[in-house]
Amino acid sequence: MPEHTFRLNGELVTVDVEDDVRLLWVLRDILGVTGPKYGCGINVCKACTSHLNGKAVNPCAVPVSSLRATDEITTIEGLPATVGADLHPMQQAWIDQDVAQCGYCQPGQIMAAVALVRRTVEEGREITEADLDGIRNICRCGTYFRIRDAIRTGAKNM
Amino acid sequence: MTGTDHPAQQEADPHSVGRRRFLGYVLAAPTLMAAAELVAAPEVRADIPSPEVTELIDLNDVMTVAALPTSGLITVEVNHDGTVSFALPRAEVGQGITTSTAMLIAEELDVPVERVRVTLADARPELLFNQLTGASNTTISTYTPVRVAAAIARSRLLEAAASQLGAPVSKLTLRAGVVTGPSGRSVGIGALSAQAAGVRTQRVAVALKPREEFTVIGKPQGRVDALAAVTGRKKFAMDLAVQDAEPTMVCRPPTINGKVGSVANLGEVRSMPGVTDVVTISTGVAVRAKTFGQCIDAVRALRVSWKPGSAEGKSDETVLAELQAAELPLGLPPLTPSVEGKFTFYFRSNSALETNCAVADVRPGSAEIWSSLKAPIVAKEAIAAKLGLPLGAVTVHVTEGGGSFGRKLFFDAALEAVEISRKIGKPVKLMWHRADDSRQGRAHPMATSRVRIAYLGNTVLSYKQRHTSVATDLSHGLGEIFTALAAKLPVGDIGFSETFFQLSQSMPYNFGANSRLLSETDKSFNTGSMRNVYSPDVTCARELVVDRLAEKMGKDPFEIRRDFLRDDRSRAVLEKVADAGRWGRTMPAGMAQGIAFHSEYHAVSAVLVEIDCRPETVNRPIRNGVAGPRVTRAVVAVDVGLVVNPRGLEAQMMGCVMDGIALTLTSSLHLRDGHFLEASWDNYFYTRQWNTPPELDIIIMPTTTGKPGGAGELGVAASMAAVACAYGRATGTMPTSFPVNHGTLSFAPKPTVPPVPESPTDGLEHVR
Repeated sequence: MPEHTFRLNGELVTVDVEDDVRLLWVLRDILGVTGPKYGCGINVCKACTSHLNGKAVNPCAVPVSSLRATDEITTIEGLPATVGADLHPMQQAWIDQDVAQCGYCQPGQIMAAVALVRRTVEEGREITEADLDGIRNICRCGTYFRIRDAIRTGAKNM
Repeated sequence: MTGTDHPAQQEADPHSVGRRRFLGYVLAAPTLMAAAELVAAPEVRADIPSPEVTELIDLNDVMTVAALPTSGLITVEVNHDGTVSFALPRAEVGQGITTSTAMLIAEELDVPVERVRVTLADARPELLFNQLTGASNTTISTYTPVRVAAAIARSRLLEAAASQLGAPVSKLTLRAGVVTGPSGRSVGIGALSAQAAGVRTQRVAVALKPREEFTVIGKPQGRVDALAAVTGRKKFAMDLAVQDAEPTMVCRPPTINGKVGSVANLGEVRSMPGVTDVVTISTGVAVRAKTFGQCIDAVRALRVSWKPGSAEGKSDETVLAELQAAELPLGLPPLTPSVEGKFTFYFRSNSALETNCAVADVRPGSAEIWSSLKAPIVAKEAIAAKLGLPLGAVTVHVTEGGGSFGRKLFFDAALEAVEISRKIGKPVKLMWHRADDSRQGRAHPMATSRVRIAYLGNTVLSYKQRHTSVATDLSHGLGEIFTALAAKLPVGDIGFSETFFQLSQSMPYNFGANSRLLSETDKSFNTGSMRNVYSPDVTCARELVVDRLAEKMGKDPFEIRRDFLRDDRSRAVLEKVADAGRWGRTMPAGMAQGIAFHSEYHAVSAVLVEIDCRPETVNRPIRNGVAGPRVTRAVVAVDVGLVVNPRGLEAQMMGCVMDGIALTLTSSLHLRDGHFLEASWDNYFYTRQWNTPPELDIIIMPTTTGKPGGAGELGVAASMAAVACAYGRATGTMPTSFPVNHGTLSFAPKPTVPPVPESPTDGLEHVR
C-alpha cells in the first residue's frame, strides 16, 4: 500500500493507505485525531475545517496523496501550539463568550475563524459584517450570534 | 453503584416533610454517597372538567407524575480528591443540562461548579420513564431531587467535620469545598468523604437552601464542557476508540424505506480496498471498512435492485390532498364577524449536525452499545428484544450528543448497528451519511392548520383551530407514559397524539370558547418530534390570524395581544419586547416588525423581530444558498419561572430564534416520487450566518413562580410566528405556506442511486 508523509500538528507522520482516501478519514480513522468532525463529506458543512500551511482547508475534500511531505496540517488539537500557549486566543474567546452548545461544529468553526482573521490581517483590514455573513460553517444549534461576537473578540487578541 | 436495589427504596416517601424538608438516603458505601428519588411531584388536579386541559396539567406534569411509583435513586458521590460525581439520567445534546445540574449540586453542596463532574448515566431500566429527555422536562423534573441528594451530602459532611474538628455543626462553615471550624482549622470534603459515608443505607430528612440564599442558581455560568468543546477533546459516539469497531455505513434505497431486492456485485465490493464486510440487512446493504471514505466508495459501487418503499409515488401534492381529506370541519360559519386562515407546513428535517450513529459490539451472549440516546431504556429494551437477550446482558452507554432537535428520541442507528454487528460477528462503528440522514432520517410531519376566530365589537367570542398532520411517531416512550396515566387525565378516551397535542397546546388569550383538535393521517413516513413538536406550526397559524383579527378590530398587533392575554406574566414578556424592540417605530417600505407570544412548559415567551423584505436584500447573491428576507433584529423576552443558568437559557433562546427563522423562511424537505430531494446542508436551508440577525437581544425576566419551567424548545414557536407576522406586514400579504420559499426549488437535487455523493477531490483548490 502506498505511503503518505506530511506534517500533522508539528510532527512528521507517515500513513499506509490508498491514495484516494480523503484526509478526514486518515486523520479520524487511521491516526485517531477526532477534533475535525464529519458533517457531510462533500465540503459543504465545514465541520472538518482544519489548516493547511495556516489556511483553512476541508480534509473531507483532500485525497491524502495530494499532500507533500512539507505540508503542515493543523487540526484543532494543534491550534494552541501555533501560538505556544495552552489555548489559542480564538479558543479563549469561544470560552469567554460561551459559544458552544452541543459543540460538534465548534472545532471547525474555530479553525475557520482563525483562518478568516489571518486573511483579513494579511489584507490589512478589519473583519466586516460581510466577512461574518460569508462563513459557511453550519451550526445546527444556532449559536451564530455568539460565534460572530467571539470572532470579533478573538481577532483583537490574535 | 446506584443503590437502587436496596430495600430502603421500597419505603420511600417522595413527599416533602414539613416546609422545605425532603427525604433522601445515605447509601452504604466506602465513600459518601447521598441519594434521592428522581421525583418532583406537583399536585395534580384531575377532578375538574374543563376544555382548557393545559390549565390543570401540562405535558411536563404528566412526565413527572408518571415517574412517581417507579422511580429509582439518583446519587451524588463525594470523591476523595474533593470532587463530586453525579451520573445524570438524561441526554446532553447541547441544551446545557450537565452545566445546570452541576450548578444545582454546587449550590446545595457549597463546592465550586468546576469540582462537580456530571456524566451521563447508562440506560437504567429501573428508572422506567424517568430517563427520557424530552419536552424540555429535565430541569423541571430534576430540580428538587438533585438538590436533595446534594443537601444530604452537605449535611453528612458537616457532621463528619464536627467530630474531626471538635466543634458543633452550627459553628462550622462549608465554603468552596472546605469546612472551617471556629478555631480556623479546616478540612476538605474529600478528606471527610470516607468518614461521612454510610455503613448502612438509611433514610434521612434534609432542608434545602432557601432561594434568597442562592449564590450559584440564577447566576450566569459558562458551560462545564466548554474547554473540551473548543479543544476538540469532547468525545461524541464516533470519536470513541472501541476495540475493533471499524467504520460502517449502509447503502440505502432510493425511496423512503425501500427494501433490498438483490445485490449484483457483493463479491466485487467485498474485495474493494479497505472493505472487511458487506452484508444485506433490513434497511439496506451494510459495508464495514478500514475508513469511512472506503465505506462511501463501497456504498457507491454496490449494484442493488430495490423493492418499493413505504411512501412510493407520494409527493408534496399528494400528501397535501391526503391532509385536506383528513381535516376536521371548523363547523358552520358563525353569525358574527370572523377571521380565518388556512396554512400549510411542509416536511422539515430534524437532522442534527452529528448524523445518526452508534457503536455496537454484539457477542453471542451479550451486547454493548454506545450512542446519544434520549430514551435509552426504550432503546435497551428494543435491542434486547431484537437480539433475544435478557435485559441484563445488554449495556447501553449514553454518549454526548452532537445536537438532537428531537432526532435522538429515536435509536434507529443503534438498532441498525446491533443488527450489523450480530450479522457479521464484529464490532461496528455505524454512521449515516449526511444524504441518508436527510433523506431517510426522521422528519417533522407535513401539516395543515385552520384557524377561525369569531368576534363582535371588542369581544372575541370563540377560537377554533383544526390541525391536520401526517402522523408523528411518538413510539419512543411518551406514548407509554400516556397509556399508564390515561385514566388519570381529564381528557377522556383520546389517542396518544391527541393527548400530547392537548397537553402541549394552550390558549393564552381570553378568546371565549375555544377548541383545538388534531387529526392525523398517513403513517408511511419516518417522522418524529422536532424541537417544540406541534407548537411552532400551531402557534404560527394562531398568531397570524390574531394579526388579521387586530386589523379587523382596528387594533395594533401589540395592543390586541396585550389586551387579550390572560395573565400578568404573559403581558410582562410581551410588553418587555415591545419596549426593548421599540414596537411601532417607523421603518422603510419593505421592512416591518412582527410580534408573537407563546406559553408552554410552565414558561412564557414573546418575540419581536424586524424583517427586511426589500428586493435588494431578498436577491442578494449567496453561492449555493438561499438569501431571502433577512431578519435584521430579534428581541426575545422569556420567563421560565426560575432560571438556573441565565447564560444557558440565553443560548437556548438564541438557537430557538435561528430555528424560527429557518422554519418560516428557508428550511423544508421537498417530497417527490417517494423520496425527499434534500441530501446536503446546501439543499436543506437551515439558518446560516447570512440569515442570522445582526442584532439580537434576549431578555431573561426576573424569577416569578420560583419553580423552573422548561426552556430548551420554548422560544421556537414565538420566533417562527413573529417572523411570519413580520413577513406578512412587510409584504402586505399574510403568508399561508411554510417555509415561504418552498415553492421554489433552490438547488439541483443529487441522484438517489448511488444514494450518497462522492467526496470531492478538489479541496486544495479551495484553501483560503
